[in-house]
Amino acid sequence: MTDTVSNAPDLDIRKTGRLELLIEFWRYFSENRGAVIGLWFFVFICLIAIFAGVIAPHTATDQFRDALLVPPVWQEGGTWKFILGTDPVGRDMLSRLIYGSRLSLLVGVIVVSIALVIGITVGLIAGFVGGAVDAIIMRIMDIILSFPSLLLALTLVAILGPSLTNAMIAIAIVQQPHYVRLTRAAVMTERGKDYVIAAKVAGVRPLRLMFHTILPNCLAPLIVQAALSFSTAILDAAALGFLGMGAQPPTPEWGTMLAEAREFILRAWWVVTFPGIAILLTVLAINLMGDGIRDALDPKLRRS
Amino acid sequence: MFYYLLRRFGLLIPTFFGVTIASFAFIRLLPGDPVLLMAGERGLTPERHAELLKKFGYDRPIWEQYLDYFFGLFQGDLGNSLITKKPVLEEFFTLFPATIELSLCAIIFAMILGITAGIVAAVKRGSWFDQGVMGTALVGYSMPIFWWGLLLIILFSGILKWTPVSGRISLIYFFPPVTGFMLIDSLLSGQKGAFSSAVSHLILPTIVLGTIPLAVIARQTRSAMLEVLGEDYVRTARAKGLSPRRVVGIHALRNALIPVVTTIGLQVGVLLTGAILTETIFSWPGIGKWMLDSIFRRDYPSVQGGLLLIGLFVMIVNLIVDLLYGLVNPKIRHT
Repeated sequence: MTDTVSNAPDLDIRKTGRLELLIEFWRYFSENRGAVIGLWFFVFICLIAIFAGVIAPHTATDQFRDALLVPPVWQEGGTWKFILGTDPVGRDMLSRLIYGSRLSLLVGVIVVSIALVIGITVGLIAGFVGGAVDAIIMRIMDIILSFPSLLLALTLVAILGPSLTNAMIAIAIVQQPHYVRLTRAAVMTERGKDYVIAAKVAGVRPLRLMFHTILPNCLAPLIVQAALSFSTAILDAAALGFLGMGAQPPTPEWGTMLAEAREFILRAWWVVTFPGIAILLTVLAINLMGDGIRDALDPKLRRS
Repeated sequence: MFYYLLRRFGLLIPTFFGVTIASFAFIRLLPGDPVLLMAGERGLTPERHAELLKKFGYDRPIWEQYLDYFFGLFQGDLGNSLITKKPVLEEFFTLFPATIELSLCAIIFAMILGITAGIVAAVKRGSWFDQGVMGTALVGYSMPIFWWGLLLIILFSGILKWTPVSGRISLIYFFPPVTGFMLIDSLLSGQKGAFSSAVSHLILPTIVLGTIPLAVIARQTRSAMLEVLGEDYVRTARAKGLSPRRVVGIHALRNALIPVVTTIGLQVGVLLTGAILTETIFSWPGIGKWMLDSIFRRDYPSVQGGLLLIGLFVMIVNLIVDLLYGLVNPKIRHT
């Protein structure tokens, strides 16, 4: 991959040295204070998720029958045993939130991976083959995009049956058209460039041409999209859980926890407040990070 | 412009067919056949099962069923709801105004606040106001609105007791729907207090549904405005000695709003997605809640019909937005 195209943008992702590339990326990324804060918070959540078993004071499903709806420790009636209080069936809020972080990160990773793999493959095919294949693929994507995302995900879950796994599949299906469009657009601009024609003339096979020659040069917008759709995936999964179509109780998924807490909102504010804060902060951190990645990778998209 | 219109319509046709196929396929993708699904857990004798399959035409070849379905659409036949036995089309259009009313209020709320905040943030770039607006916008953009709604209910309905918790209007008022828009109907009814009751029911849902569009519009307005403010013609206008208000409000704003129009158009999907959540939280009797209830009640003809109508609605709105974009942006009009 040592080519010599020289209309280099600010960050030339065609540089050969991986390390150099990373350092340069970090230089731009760290200029954005919000992005760095987001990154640290994201790392913090990852650590919580990994060490949930060690830091959580209780398990996610232990029911303390003598401690129903105990308020947080700083409020009258709270105890240090349940720092953020307990829910209507006596489960520790803090522990459930800690274990819930695992699910949210898992949702993000899996949804983005599925959407990326399908989206890139289909997008490469559409952009590379062109013609009727391209037209058919893009119309299918138009159809998917003409339904509101959550509604489509809901109906897909209705078909597949409500569970966290099916919710992830549904969200991935709803999200992949964005990757298809991005990949296709990038491939179309790269396809006619000299290095691709040179590779073709040199006898590189189509598959290798697609994945090895063209794809690496289309990555920047895809990485940005992946970062931003990571947060959308978490939000959508929480929304599905909230509507009863995602993770099922007693899974400590944040959206599902909110759904279970709904009838107690006027009696016990903490059962509603904390899961929402967890979702908001996680999504916010990822969005801050995503903005930073976008600014560092794509100077054209940079918001002034 | 004519060519542009033609092309735009041309692209619409395959998508229209696709949407009909998708909604047609929905009920057939469910495990089991439609008759078993409708029977639910009651169970059926094999004879009755076969009889029903024949009655609804499910024993015929799939393409024949599709053609039937497709031509039925043009006569407004979307089947009947399994629960209420009423035509799906009728159910949909009884509830649709509620969603439109809520969505319109939300987008107007988002536009007024978002565009204003975006302009001021751009003009006072780097100030505490700018940073505050952009920070708030990012929080709003990341907001799980179903939780946001619950929080507002706790605060304004629970603690302050300012607004009602759910519904479109207080139960003591009753009048026949004329337009389906509660704000207009309550005024037309002439009943004292009906209008303010309708307004007070509308406030919280509007804020909840408008939050994400508000954040997106504010961000977009700010960045578009910043770009335009750096243009030569703005500098010229300033050099001519025009008042800052005129330069920003007329010269710059006109061009800055072009990308904002597209952004606002793109919010239709966001609004409909948000409507499902908002209507559920506030028991707002619109199509979002209706779709969700239909899914839960396994009322598949309703889900199918709703899916189709919402898909078509989004398609039409996108078309209108594209045409509007052509109108406000001469660069597109003249290609």
